[in-house]
Amino acid sequence: MVKPSNLTPELYKLKEEIEEYARGYGLDFFEVIFELVDFEKINEIASYGGFPTRYPHWRFGMEYDKLSKSYAYGLSKIYEMVINNDPCYAYLLNANNIVDQKMVMAHVYGHCDFFKNNYWFSQTNRRMMDKIANHATKVRKYIEKYGEDTVEEFLDVCLSLDNLIDYYSPFIKRYEELSDKKEEEEKEEEYKIKSKSYMDKYINPKEFVEKIKIERKAEKEKKKKNPPEPVRDVLLFLLQNAPLEDWQASILSIVRDEAYYFAPQGQTKIMNEGWASYWHSKIMTTKALKPEELIDYADHHSGTLATSPGGLNPYKLGIELFRDIEDRWNKGKFGKDYEECESYEEKRKWNKNLGLGKEKIFEVRKIHNDVTFIDNFLTEEFCREHKLFLYNYNKQTGRYEITSRKFDDIKKQLLFNLTNFGQPIIYVEESNYENRGELLLYHKHEGIDLKLDYARATLENIFKIWKRPVNIRTKVDNKNKVLRFDGREHSEI
Amino acid sequence: MVERIEKDLSRFKKIVKGKIRENLKKYMSTGEMIGKKGKEFVSIPIPQIDIPHFKFDEKKNGGVGQGEGNEGDPISGDPNSEGGSGAGEGEGQHTREVDLTIDELAEIMGEELSLPKIQPKGKESLETIKIKYSGISTVGPNSLRHFKRTFKEALKRQVSLGIYNKEHPVIIPIKHDTRYRTWKNIVKPETNAVVIFMMDISGSMEDEQKEIVRIETFWIDTWLRHHYKNLKTRYIVHDTVAKEVDRETFFSLKESGGTIISSAYKLCRDIIKNEYNPDEWNIYPFHFSDGDNWSDRDNTECINILNNDILPFVNVFCYGQVDSRYGSGKFIKELSKNFKDDDRIILSEIENRDAIMNSIKTFLGKGK
Repeated sequence: MVKPSNLTPELYKLKEEIEEYARGYGLDFFEVIFELVDFEKINEIASYGGFPTRYPHWRFGMEYDKLSKSYAYGLSKIYEMVINNDPCYAYLLNANNIVDQKMVMAHVYGHCDFFKNNYWFSQTNRRMMDKIANHATKVRKYIEKYGEDTVEEFLDVCLSLDNLIDYYSPFIKRYEELSDKKEEEEKEEEYKIKSKSYMDKYINPKEFVEKIKIERKAEKEKKKKNPPEPVRDVLLFLLQNAPLEDWQASILSIVRDEAYYFAPQGQTKIMNEGWASYWHSKIMTTKALKPEELIDYADHHSGTLATSPGGLNPYKLGIELFRDIEDRWNKGKFGKDYEECESYEEKRKWNKNLGLGKEKIFEVRKIHNDVTFIDNFLTEEFCREHKLFLYNYNKQTGRYEITSRKFDDIKKQLLFNLTNFGQPIIYVEESNYENRGELLLYHKHEGIDLKLDYARATLENIFKIWKRPVNIRTKVDNKNKVLRFDGREHSEI
Repeated sequence: MVERIEKDLSRFKKIVKGKIRENLKKYMSTGEMIGKKGKEFVSIPIPQIDIPHFKFDEKKNGGVGQGEGNEGDPISGDPNSEGGSGAGEGEGQHTREVDLTIDELAEIMGEELSLPKIQPKGKESLETIKIKYSGISTVGPNSLRHFKRTFKEALKRQVSLGIYNKEHPVIIPIKHDTRYRTWKNIVKPETNAVVIFMMDISGSMEDEQKEIVRIETFWIDTWLRHHYKNLKTRYIVHDTVAKEVDRETFFSLKESGGTIISSAYKLCRDIIKNEYNPDEWNIYPFHFSDGDNWSDRDNTECINILNNDILPFVNVFCYGQVDSRYGSGKFIKELSKNFKDDDRIILSEIENRDAIMNSIKTFLGKGK
């Protein structure tokens, strides 16, 4: 659905201008198609995660309800949406004033450059617009055939599991598909009851040996573990092993596909927003801004980067980190000499005039994701300067309280929250648990318990797919537990 | 294409209203948008259905924030409610928050719950302006000249200049000394209103129950304040005895022991009788408890007090029963049995936080 841009001549000229600035700075992007839409439309598109042709589901309606209410009550407003696709689609709100449009366009080019060049996006489908539309067609077809309630219920089940994917699997092959390795032929003797040779054909008649052979083989087959090693892509495992009807498998794989498509956006939230903000700020303040537009720009820019008390704004964290990196590499504030320097004063004034900043940030945007970004570039100086802190929930007071300002604590927590999206890491461990064909999942516990009511509800949903009892091995309050749902009731071991 | 979203939206609304897919109802919560009241954060209810996932227990996880403060300082609001960990869909959405006044909040709530405007009791809801001569000014018309103050000023001036003679006390004001009376406009609303919040703080009311009452009273307060410029609030807590407390205490007290509801009703009755003439005041008593009362005799006593001494004088009496693990929840049945068709009394059962909005709607939905 390639649609021509509907920009007004004035905005079109602006677009050309901004695009040239962006290229001038070395940004590299797919073609960007801007579309001017009103607030209803932009809320709608945003509700569908950017794809106006998505399959029907109530949660999009829910999102729309929320967005349009918060727009109507003046709580928040969406200025723009960009879609990772080739060409990139970007939606602009027609009510924005010209300064906003300029800034938003510059921001969009930042995102598009990131989509095209960041490694974690390299495996995403660049024809997602079409793919999503195909998904929608399929889902509609199933609705027609099996009824809205049935399909919707199954979609709800799948969506409940859509975080159970392996975020690195587009890059790594985890395990070979189970190949039909020839079982080494076993000696016939093993199946026979011991006997004297002359008695053999009476004690071990041929039919009897055959029967035992088959039984033993089945038993062995059963003992063979599936999966051989725990797998992270729970959805794929279910697709391959659960007793699903064709339409159900198709829906599950749609949900999985879309989850993989959106995953890198979650993995690079801080970087992506930081990068786009860095460039809108750069382009606006050095090139595009007219003197009379300064106030509007400053107002909008500060609104975007404002941090609510106690919160952490990814735009702000991202842009500041990029600026910090640029500054450090310009001045040579990195490497062994710098790290080992003991004098605070000397470190502060450190400047080797290397001028490597720009090159470095382009490199960073290419190879990192939020986790490695924070891990490599969050420094103690940065934490202090930006007043970062760690907070925790205090059971006694029932409030969230600041618990530490130590660099190590902050970094550890940030990394933890970013790893795997801030989602628990869950594996399929066994598909024949306790030799009863039950599914066993394994939650790799890293200090934080699962939210139990949610975990139980999710187990119920997996049961609907697996159709046999399902279990998850985890820890609750530091004790090993297996939560189990057998189709009727929950239990804990 | 707008039609497509309309379809999803109407599907969602049907689910929320419980018309279809009832099994989803248990995942429903009153999501919220964050508005601000002064420095406090307040929320605007939006129904949300949460599809369950394996996820972390937020309360056991920490987070990183930015700003001032020392270790141990609380941070405002619930940091998790700000969507920090969204599913990562919809890249590049660009949003901004805007402040709301408390009046706007009330409007929004009214609209959300389709609450009718309150029809105040009494004649008009006009404000009367009264003039009171209470001020002094250096300018004004001669007819308002204040002789005493003028002479005082003159005396002060003469003393400080040293031209005052005790033997010959003649005081001659000059223009500079002259003082005039001035008036102030005093706005007196014709309609006065008082809310009397009563809460059971006996042992069976736990923190969660009180939190529910706190949220509910906040919204009731907001709504009534929106309609009555001059709203007074009184707070009564009770277990076996009742006492009046300030707002702070109302929400923080934790007592144990039994419950005698009539004690609160008696105190409420006395407050009304002594301080609020029902001809001048719109009176709104609200009572929250878990419905566990000491004895049946006391239930009867309560009903008598309500009948004779409270209901005739108030706009409406509201009783909200919060479900608790320990309460028998019997009181609401007594009330509904005795005041079946009486529209001066409104009853509501609040099972959990998510039921708060419905309960507010029940209380305020009649526009009384």
